[in-house]
Amino acid sequence: MIDRRALLRLAAGAGTASLVAACGWDGGDAVRPLLLDVSRFNDWVGEKIFFSKNRLAPVYDIAQRTARLPSYFISPMMPMLENPSAWRLQIGGLVREPQSLSLDQLQAMPRTTYTVKHHCVEGWSAIATWHGVRVSAIAERCGMLPHARYVRFDSFDSGYSNGWDLASAMHPQTILAYGMNDNPLSPTHGAPLRLYSPTKLGYKMTKYLVSLTFTAERPGGYWEDQGYPWFAGV
Amino acid sequence: MTSPPSFLAVKRHHWIVRLTHWMTFVLVVGMITSGLQIYGAYARFGDRGGPYYAPNPFQDHGFPAWSRLGGWLAGGLNWHFTLMWPFIIGGLLYLSYLAASGEWRSLLFRPRDIRGAIEMQKYYLRLRRDHPAQGKHNPLQKLAYSFIILMGVLAVLTGFAIYKPTQLSWLTALFGGFQAARYWHFWAVWIFTGFLIVHVVLVFVVDPASLRAMITGWYRGRFPSHD
Repeated sequence: MIDRRALLRLAAGAGTASLVAACGWDGGDAVRPLLLDVSRFNDWVGEKIFFSKNRLAPVYDIAQRTARLPSYFISPMMPMLENPSAWRLQIGGLVREPQSLSLDQLQAMPRTTYTVKHHCVEGWSAIATWHGVRVSAIAERCGMLPHARYVRFDSFDSGYSNGWDLASAMHPQTILAYGMNDNPLSPTHGAPLRLYSPTKLGYKMTKYLVSLTFTAERPGGYWEDQGYPWFAGV
Repeated sequence: MTSPPSFLAVKRHHWIVRLTHWMTFVLVVGMITSGLQIYGAYARFGDRGGPYYAPNPFQDHGFPAWSRLGGWLAGGLNWHFTLMWPFIIGGLLYLSYLAASGEWRSLLFRPRDIRGAIEMQKYYLRLRRDHPAQGKHNPLQKLAYSFIILMGVLAVLTGFAIYKPTQLSWLTALFGGFQAARYWHFWAVWIFTGFLIVHVVLVFVVDPASLRAMITGWYRGRFPSHD
């Protein structure tokens, strides 16, 4: 009854497919570059098709806040400033006036507060309230130059950094947050200042910020350089 | 048992159907295995601390290495977000072919097929001796194929709901939110796996000639098309 040759053909096909899946294979040197090329295409799709500079992420009630928001850092110990009062945010690159802003100066700027959902690349999500100043307000204050296309965010967490497309950075919900859930930002969540946005995956939101640089070239990032999607819009 | 030559050869499957069939098979295997890799990063559905969506026999533990594609989370994501394009394009090509050729008529399960489906079920349960007359597909096949196409569409939609939960927040809300959409997307794995097993078993047990038809396009078996 059973067509033996057909069975062999099927087995060969299924065998190939399962070999491809075998042992957590990542594609090897031959396939990995191709996957990264498609990932760049997906960055383009994410920015040009899904993202809109005017569309706001849904906001939630304070009552909907999640009990727990996990925190991550790269350093073996939680990064903390030895002398918090000496901390300054350095703003430079393609700007008319490079600046060095203290936390007080940042907090004196117009404040943005929202309660939004956080999406982690791992698959968890959590709702929290964030307080901070819009990155677009910083760009205005420093006189961002017209040929700036990207923003690079650097931290004091073992060199962790992220590169952002300008459109996402200028989105009205992209802020430098100094507060969370009605309190000053804690060291677990990136004190004294972190990047926040409900339109990106969590790993794009640089914590423990030290500088913000406007660039013409696309900056990499800690996870992005290791193969994680660069645009990472949600 | 060597009867095939006595059957008339019938042209059964257009090349678009054969191409998209095998393409989809390989791609579904790739989508599932890379998906199992991604699942391991947060092996549950719901906010931390629960409650978690149930049933989920795989809660809190990942899948064995042989079943995963990508090596680590980023690798799994890159495979998943690469294979999704040919998977979607193949699906659209297949659906366009069904619509343009009119072949959807012999495939789509409609209310008038219910009676025939019951008769087929009786035949399989040996409550009826003779095989009911059928077209290209019997009513139970129509039901199975219509169902799996719908599942494919739902797998893609729940996938987009997870991929862009902010930009497509309306779609994510439609599936009950981000964690619920992840849960339904995960169900697609078991529906596709279950379908694949039953599908392959039935091909070999009931109609082995249909396998050659899906490769060459020509069918020489017990159930020549009437459509």
